[in-house]
Formats: sequence, structure tokens, C-alpha cells
Amino acid sequence: MSIWEYANPKKFVETTTPLLPWTFGLSGLCLVGGLIWGFFFTPDDYRQGATVKIIYLHVPSALMAINAWLMMLVASLIWLVRRHHVSALAARAAAPVGVTMTLVALVTGAIWGQPMWGTWWAWDPRLTSFLILFLFYLGYMALWEAIADPDTAADLTSVLCIVGSVFALLSRYAVNFWNQGLHQGASLSLDAEKNVADIFYYPLLACIAGFVLLFIALVLMRTRTEIRVRRIRALELRARRAEART
Amino acid sequence: MKALILRDLRLAIRAGGGFGLGLAFFLIVIVLVPFGVGPEAAVLRRIAPGILWVAALLAALLSLDRIFALDHEDGSLPLLATAPLPLESVALAKAIAHWITTGLPLTLAAPGLGFLLNLSPAAYPWLFGGLALGTPALSLIGTFGAALTVGLRRGGLLLSLLVLPLYVPILIFGAEAARRGGDGLEATVPLVFLGGIALGTLALMPFAAALVLRINLR
Repeated sequence: MSIWEYANPKKFVETTTPLLPWTFGLSGLCLVGGLIWGFFFTPDDYRQGATVKIIYLHVPSALMAINAWLMMLVASLIWLVRRHHVSALAARAAAPVGVTMTLVALVTGAIWGQPMWGTWWAWDPRLTSFLILFLFYLGYMALWEAIADPDTAADLTSVLCIVGSVFALLSRYAVNFWNQGLHQGASLSLDAEKNVADIFYYPLLACIAGFVLLFIALVLMRTRTEIRVRRIRALELRARRAEART
Repeated sequence: MKALILRDLRLAIRAGGGFGLGLAFFLIVIVLVPFGVGPEAAVLRRIAPGILWVAALLAALLSLDRIFALDHEDGSLPLLATAPLPLESVALAKAIAHWITTGLPLTLAAPGLGFLLNLSPAAYPWLFGGLALGTPALSLIGTFGAALTVGLRRGGLLLSLLVLPLYVPILIFGAEAARRGGDGLEATVPLVFLGGIALGTLALMPFAAALVLRINLR
């Protein structure tokens, strides 16, 4: 019994069928609970007022935007090394979810930035690297769409994902070098002494858990769709071949 | 490998548009900018390093899809792949040929075009040095992008979407070096970073390009 057994598409679908409603349900529970808790049962910040509550959407989506790319990187590596189709399809399935998370983070950031910094957008290192991440997502998805042969597409996008990760990291630090930021530093680190106050921290944790579960659920669902699309294509191909033979 | 570089250079010269086109494009972008932002010398001086770098980036991008597309169309790419020369060397040779036809003339022409944008005199050596270090990296990354999209019918637009985000660090460090040099500050740090990126791409990009070429030729 090893984890690679789940790389079998049939086994993957069978295993995830009972899991899917649970992940969706739990994520909904966490999100609804966390957001209601955060929006209605925490005080306003003494300087930021009610706008501080954007944190419950902004931080989890930003977190998932980066982790989605990380997950795509891992899935791409697994595809290149072990050639499990489910892995390549999962990477493909994660990209649109990741790009949405990036967009949500950028938009909520802009809405938060307007009252706090007096501007929707600033060429701040964090904001800029997120915009670059967004462009990387777009290129990755465009490459998937452009190539007809699924295996070639999986190979090429995997290589692009790996090369892109190196350059995304490079841009992250290059951008730091290029401009000083308005954005605050890390305030959720596990090892830091001074973090966000506990009263905001716990609902935020619930929201982060909700976003993680939502991401998992969406990726599972989209991967299953991709598997079925692939299966339908194979069946149609077989039917056409049988027709041609008769 | 030398023969391949010479062949590509000869093709670029004889088929026309190899040396000239990129340079002419570079010139046009530089000329268009003052029309867009106005002719004030102070404004132009401030944005000159950035404009020169962005224009160089676009000019390098312009000729990328020709790196492999022509060989793919006439069938010499599979021949190159089965030749005794490793595909990594082919990719490197292609990148070198691309650099000689676009990067090198751009580097040589950029200081001349700096006059048009009223670039501050102190920035010239930094701009030149930055371009000399940065354009090989542009060609190497571009070769990878071209290899990635070689089999596609309309790869040109996709190519720019894929390659331009990869150019971001080079642009940042290159323009920063020229800007700092122009302000009379110490600019070796961004230049060293730029050199590091150039060497890193030189070491790794031919392998990545050969890998995707093999996938595309499968």
C-alpha cells in the first residue's frame, strides 16, 4: 500500500468521491463561521476602523495564491519523474483556482489600500510580485490551451512551471531591491514574537483553514472533471476507430 | 557548433531583417517615446534608462520566434536533433547566433540612442555594461521560450506572454544599474546581480531548451 496507488485515475476518482462533499462542507463551515465571527464579533481596529476586516479575505487568498503555484510545482515534478497522469491533470486543474486567488488578493488589497494608503495601487514589492505571479499563471494556462496533444502539453507546461518558479522567486527578490514598500511586513509568522492580535488571529485562522479546504475541494473537483474529459476523449477515439475498421 | 552559428548568421544576413530589423525597431521605439511623453529634457533624462531597457527587451523579443520556427518548417530541426552534436549545444549555438544578430547590435547602438533621450553622461558605461551582461541572458531565455512554442502555429503572441515575465529580473537590475549610474551612485551591485543571472541562464537554459525541444520533436 503506497501513496502512488492513488495515481491510478480510477482509484483516484473512487477515493475522492466520498471525500469531496466533506471537504466542500468543512470549507463552507470554516468560511461561513470564520467570516461571521470576523465581521460581526470582533471589534474595529483602533486605527484602521472597519476596513481591517478585509484581512479575512485578503490574507487567506494571498496565501493560497502562492501555495497553489507551489502545489503545481510539486505536481509538475511528480509528472516529469513518475509520469502519473493524475498529477499532470491536478497541476492543470489548480492553475485557474490559483489565478482566481491571486486576483482576489489583488482586488481586496486594492480595496484595502484605498482608505489606508490613499491609493488603489502602489508599485510596492509585494504588490508587484503578485502581479508578476498573475502573469506567470496566465502564461502557464495559455500554454496548456495552445497545445493539442495532452502528453506534450503536460510535459511542456511542467518544464515551464519549474523554470517559471525559479524566475518568480528571482523576481520576488529583484523587486525587493527595486523599490521600498508600503505593505507591512510579515505579521502571521509562527516564530515571531509580535503578530496580529489574538482577537483577529483566531477568526483569521478559521478563514485560512476554509480557503485551504476550498482550494483542495476545487482542485479535486476539477481534476476529476479533467480525468473524465480525458476518458471521454479516449472512448470517442476508440469508437471512431471501430467505425473506421468496419 | 561553430558551423551552426555561422550558418544562422549567414541566413540572418542573406534573408534580410536579421541585423537591421531589430535595430530599426529599437530606434523607432526610442523615437516614439518623446512623442508620447513630451520633449522636456529633464523628464526624458529621468526615464531614459528604463525606456532604453524596455525597448531593448522588445527588440530582442521581436526576433525570438524565428530562432527555431524556420528550421522547424523546412525540416532541418529533426536533422539537427539527430546530428552528433548534442541538442544542448544546438540550443546554445542558436542563442549565441540570436545574441550576435540582436543583442550585440543593440548593446552597441544603445549609447548612441541615449543622446536622443538626453541620458545623463554618467549612465553610459553602466547602460553599456548592463546591456552587455543582460542581452545574452535575454537571448538564452528567449531560446527556451522559442523551443517551448516551436510546434505551435500561432506561437508568436503566446511566446511573448511566456517570455516577458521571465525577463522581469533582468529588466529590474539592468535599468536599476543605469539609473544609479546616472544619479552618480555606486551601481556595481545590480550589475553583479545581472552578471549572476546571465551566468545562471548560460548554465541552465540550454538544458531546459533542449529538454522542451526533445518533447516537441517526439
